[in-house]
Amino acid sequence: MSGNTKTITIDPVTRLEGHAKITIHQDKNGDVTDARFHITEFRGFEKFCEGRPVWEMPAITGRICGICPVSHLLASAKAGDDILAVAIPREATRLRRLMNLGQFLQSHALSFFHLSAPDLLLGMDGDPATRNVFGLMKEAPDLAREGIRLRQFGQIVIECLGGKKIHPSWAVPGGVSAPLSEENRSLLRERLPEALQTVQKALSLFQEIAPKFAAEAAALGDFPSLFMGLVGENGVWEHYEGKLRFGDSEGAIVADGIDPRDYRTYIGEAVESWSYLKFPYYKKHGYPEGMYRVGPLARLNICESMGTPRAEAAWQAFRQTSGGKPVTSSFYYHYARLVEMLAAVERIESGLNEPEVLSDHVRADAGINRLHGVGASEAPRGTLFHDYTVDRQGLIQKCNLIIATGQNNLAMNRTVLQAAQHYIKGDSIPEGLLNRIEAGVRSFDPCLSCSTHAFGQMPLQVVLYGPDGGTLDERTRD
Amino acid sequence: MTVTTLTINGELVSASPGASVLEAARENGVEIPTLCELEGISSAGACRLCLVEISGTPRLQPACVTAATEGMEVQTDSERLNRYRRMILELLFAERNHICPVCVANGHCELQSRAIENGMDHVRFSYQHPDLSVDITHERFGIDQDRCILCTRCVRVCDELEGAHTWDVAGRGTKSRVITDLNQPWGESDTCTSCAKCVEACPTGAIFRKGSSVGEMEHRRDRIRFIADARKKKEWSP
Repeated sequence: MSGNTKTITIDPVTRLEGHAKITIHQDKNGDVTDARFHITEFRGFEKFCEGRPVWEMPAITGRICGICPVSHLLASAKAGDDILAVAIPREATRLRRLMNLGQFLQSHALSFFHLSAPDLLLGMDGDPATRNVFGLMKEAPDLAREGIRLRQFGQIVIECLGGKKIHPSWAVPGGVSAPLSEENRSLLRERLPEALQTVQKALSLFQEIAPKFAAEAAALGDFPSLFMGLVGENGVWEHYEGKLRFGDSEGAIVADGIDPRDYRTYIGEAVESWSYLKFPYYKKHGYPEGMYRVGPLARLNICESMGTPRAEAAWQAFRQTSGGKPVTSSFYYHYARLVEMLAAVERIESGLNEPEVLSDHVRADAGINRLHGVGASEAPRGTLFHDYTVDRQGLIQKCNLIIATGQNNLAMNRTVLQAAQHYIKGDSIPEGLLNRIEAGVRSFDPCLSCSTHAFGQMPLQVVLYGPDGGTLDERTRD
Repeated sequence: MTVTTLTINGELVSASPGASVLEAARENGVEIPTLCELEGISSAGACRLCLVEISGTPRLQPACVTAATEGMEVQTDSERLNRYRRMILELLFAERNHICPVCVANGHCELQSRAIENGMDHVRFSYQHPDLSVDITHERFGIDQDRCILCTRCVRVCDELEGAHTWDVAGRGTKSRVITDLNQPWGESDTCTSCAKCVEACPTGAIFRKGSSVGEMEHRRDRIRFIADARKKKEWSP
């Protein structure tokens, strides 16, 4: 207790990819005045990539993350394509798209089945000791097994193309390093029916249990914001190419047809002393009013159709959650992930059926033709930008990475504040309430190891707690 | 000339006349780990990985530059040798910036292979993290000093087989670097013939084909051997 305020700390926040803590500030009446989602990791990729040849960047930046290395691999290879100024072979584009869909599938399956299903199926007030994937295996063994196998299928898609499940170094500036074999295509086709069945089952299950979480949906990140993502021609859902679109909560298109190369015109980046994670915002609306969300929820809110029949039907049902308008509660990120998994399975199937998918013409060769290149792609968690400046030989001079989780930073903080204000009154804080705050953050499926790649000064916060749990003193080094 | 008879690891063996201890061992199916040695060019004794014990000599001797002599008793495998070899490997890893997972030679690197064979699972010495440069001014090739172990294969192959002597070593001690011509960018070298022998000879990912991504730098040592053999046998002489 320090004067009239009290600080509640949740550290660490569990079942996220990375490490973070949340602090909640109360006034003397026990009302929540502020809540912050602190990212306490530090990486440094933007700095130590300087001086490396651009051809090595996909594999180096792929190492940013073990969950979504493919996203970095592809965005980096695309930035490399831009620097070589080549149109890569169509076959290479097809294979890269396939790998990205495998990535969506495995990452979304991880988020839904391993990390979030325990909250959704075992109840947010359940015992934390069993409210995890092991508890899920006990309570719903079939679903847990199917979920794990679905993630495995996504991983196998990646392995069949890139040679390994995690950190393949397969996409390169100019294309990809190896084609898909007939044998691997057959292997993937065999697993497709099971994957489709699992996604459909999970989708039905979510639709069934969602009404039970109406209160959470209203209190966990339900607020108006902008949404951003890539869309294809005629506004169709997109995951690898296309143009950037910003839409608002009413369904209006705020900015459209933006070449991802021009992202700096639209996106600004702010920094706060208490987090390693930057705070991107939509420039025209200023900071922090220019808050926007990216990822599954945003993609489904800005697109006009899904492009495949089953996903289209699921998307229509998803949008009906808010009467056809954009869905504003972050709780429905879970729902959006399931719709995207359905789209991924359908698109993997059609992709594997394309006659040119086995072509070995998969790599274009070129020298350094531009000194600046941007690669943008949709990662499972949202739009990812790799922006490189090179010298005439192709050595990196400057590297800027804008990560999906970073772009959701403002919205995650807003979610934490909203949840804290809704659930925390007075001194008594039952386990279930803190869980809901964590679950609010978890709905974004943040990847903190990915998003703290930048080099900067280390913010340090020291909080001294008294025997009563209150804050006695606090020092901050900026 | 008669053969040389010596004992390797307690076995009485014979070696070709003029053979080194390393050659004598190989002729008799005994493997000694090497890094700087390359078939087809002279030996330098630079890496010290092929150190062996020779009876009557307290110091360890590099097998590649020690002549096999009559009655010599050689030990190629012992706890002491393995300890030293591991230390040499660890020092090589600590000296520069070897990051296997993102290296162009990952999976095709002799330094990496020797470390795996030796069972080197960690480095006990402080990494030096020197600030080194990458030179990709050459039209087709690049040199990343971070990955160079100063084995001088490039220097020898360029001098002895190509006859260009583009490569040499500058500096002393930890400041030693392989350089092209008079320490100028490779792309500005007057002597380089772009023959790629140094690229094929390099044991690590230090010298590489431009545009290579992780794990793509495979080396064709057989090409070096082919050229060396052909020269020796004067196959190209009129």
